[in-house]
Amino acid sequence: MARKITYQQAINEALDQEMSRDQNVIVMGEDVAGGSGAPGEQDAWGGVLGVTRGLYAKHPGRVIDTPISESGYVGAAIGAACCGMRPVAELMFVDFLGVCFDQIFNQAAKFRYMFGGKAETPVVIRAMYGAGFRAAAQHSQCLYNIFTHIPGLKVVVPSNPYDAKGLLIQSIRDNDPVIFLEHKALYTMEGEVPEELYTVPFGEAAVVREGHDVTIVAFGRMVQKAQEAAADLQKQGIHCEIIDPRTTSPLDTDTILESVEKTGRLVVVDESHPRCSMASDVAGLVAEQAFDSLKAPIRQVTGFHSPVPFSDALEELYIPSAAKIVSAVKSVKEYK
Amino acid sequence: MTKKLTRDDLLTAYRTMRTIREFEERLHTDFATGEIPGFVHLYAGEEASATGVCMNLTKDDHIASTHRGHGHCIAKGVDPVGMMAEIWGRKTGTCKGKGGSMHIADLSVGMLGANGIVGGGGPLVCGTALAAKLRGTRNVSVCFFGDGASNQGTIFEAMNLASVWNLPVIFLAENNGYAEATSYNYSVACDTIADRASAFGMPGITVDGFDFFAVHEAAGEAIERARNGGGPSLVEVKLSRYYGHFEGDQQTYRAPGEVQNIRDTKDCLLQFSRRVTASGELAQAELDAIDAEVKALIDGSVVKAKSDPKPTEADLLTDVYVSY
Repeated sequence: MARKITYQQAINEALDQEMSRDQNVIVMGEDVAGGSGAPGEQDAWGGVLGVTRGLYAKHPGRVIDTPISESGYVGAAIGAACCGMRPVAELMFVDFLGVCFDQIFNQAAKFRYMFGGKAETPVVIRAMYGAGFRAAAQHSQCLYNIFTHIPGLKVVVPSNPYDAKGLLIQSIRDNDPVIFLEHKALYTMEGEVPEELYTVPFGEAAVVREGHDVTIVAFGRMVQKAQEAAADLQKQGIHCEIIDPRTTSPLDTDTILESVEKTGRLVVVDESHPRCSMASDVAGLVAEQAFDSLKAPIRQVTGFHSPVPFSDALEELYIPSAAKIVSAVKSVKEYK
Repeated sequence: MTKKLTRDDLLTAYRTMRTIREFEERLHTDFATGEIPGFVHLYAGEEASATGVCMNLTKDDHIASTHRGHGHCIAKGVDPVGMMAEIWGRKTGTCKGKGGSMHIADLSVGMLGANGIVGGGGPLVCGTALAAKLRGTRNVSVCFFGDGASNQGTIFEAMNLASVWNLPVIFLAENNGYAEATSYNYSVACDTIADRASAFGMPGITVDGFDFFAVHEAAGEAIERARNGGGPSLVEVKLSRYYGHFEGDQQTYRAPGEVQNIRDTKDCLLQFSRRVTASGELAQAELDAIDAEVKALIDGSVVKAKSDPKPTEADLLTDVYVSY
């Protein structure tokens, strides 16, 4: 039965139910219990923003606080996965990728290929991403494009509570390394989520709004922004089709191309920096494979080629807004 | 105290060390002809380490290896014929020709892979050891790493993690004196790598890596302690590589006569043979017979590798994912 819960609760529930279902699932990371070895509560935090709260008591010994040693424990999760465990390692902020990337992209991602198909590494690495919290340049990046570049990794960017639960369960059951990215600004988002276990398959985009004028492909939190923009544009007589790819690797190119073939116009919305981004990736895909369908140039609405700024005055300029999406859609609709 | 070595154990030890030596010497010869692709880092000279350690392990124990990994592979039970084919880039290789010398792995015998990233294995063995601990098995994990990797943060992080979680891990430092071309004396801040153990709350010991028996005993004690829940250890094995960092390295950074002197006076196979024949435990004829068998095995592996097929275009995109 479905009921309304938040994105954060959906993630917690997916972890809880999968840990109950499969003893091989363990959760590890900095303060995922939050208090290990301290004189007070052993699970005071349940994650820095409380996403794993309550799991420590329900699953004794399987919610493991780590030292602040990202290479060490992310690598340990990968090693444990090589011998049949299904670890979910939390990297806290995706920005901390910088201190453990070797274990992810040179080890986990490549084992299966380098070892001639004789390895499986069913590890999930969860991390928060995204701007909007005045958290500045080292706690606000997106970086899903960096993971997407690496063959061997799967990359998941849920935009709502339903997908967060179903995609996380799929991630845990998947036999390849999965990077599961949670936008901080979505944690409080509410939505209908079934109580029971279910999976959302990888590589299947959701058409979250149908329309015939302009295709908007948006990732993660940007799906919300695109919906705001589309509602506004509807009033102005412009009908947008919004596609949420849900996973950047694998990427559902068919759904994107089919939509552009119908609308002839594409706006891609991606919170990350513009160079070598998901926006440029999708733009390149459509330019190459749906050129004859295009009635207007492709437009990309992205962050800037700058670190994410601290001051609210600057950060609000940095993050793609509904107004910018509206403007981009109008420009391609009105293109002659 | 570890269990006494039987006659069969001694024969196994000699055969393993001889197999590694023959494998590496043959690669050295064949590499010079230009037929072998890529980067090859030879283990010749260090055989007593891999053999002495791995004879204390079962196939359900895990090891992580290094770019200089052929010896670890052979000692852990990876088939040398498949390894040779792999190094020649053949489809019949251990990894279907997709990994090469630096990535030979065989999880079915607990070999987590040679590794092209210096220090990459430390965190991984913490994971296999954590799995063993959570499942309540008595399996241990060994991370082989060099003096170069002893300066990597991953090794420090892994040693701390293993100690904090009381994991059954042995950090096995193979100190051959050179990180590529840079000497240990220049690049490592403490007198011995084993000194670093105390910083991570674990026992540390330095042993003579030319002496199979010393390595076998020291590693055996550390492994037994780990099996019994006594946590991680650091074992530093001091040894020497006979060839360069990679094949083609002329080793002009080493002292004139340095390698030859070690070969003549300390060689692990030489010491082993003298000891077991002097004690009467094995006869020279038995060792000679092993030499001949091993030579035939390696000769055969090269003949096979040369005639085996290479992977084809159909293999380019397979094995990236389990499913995609």
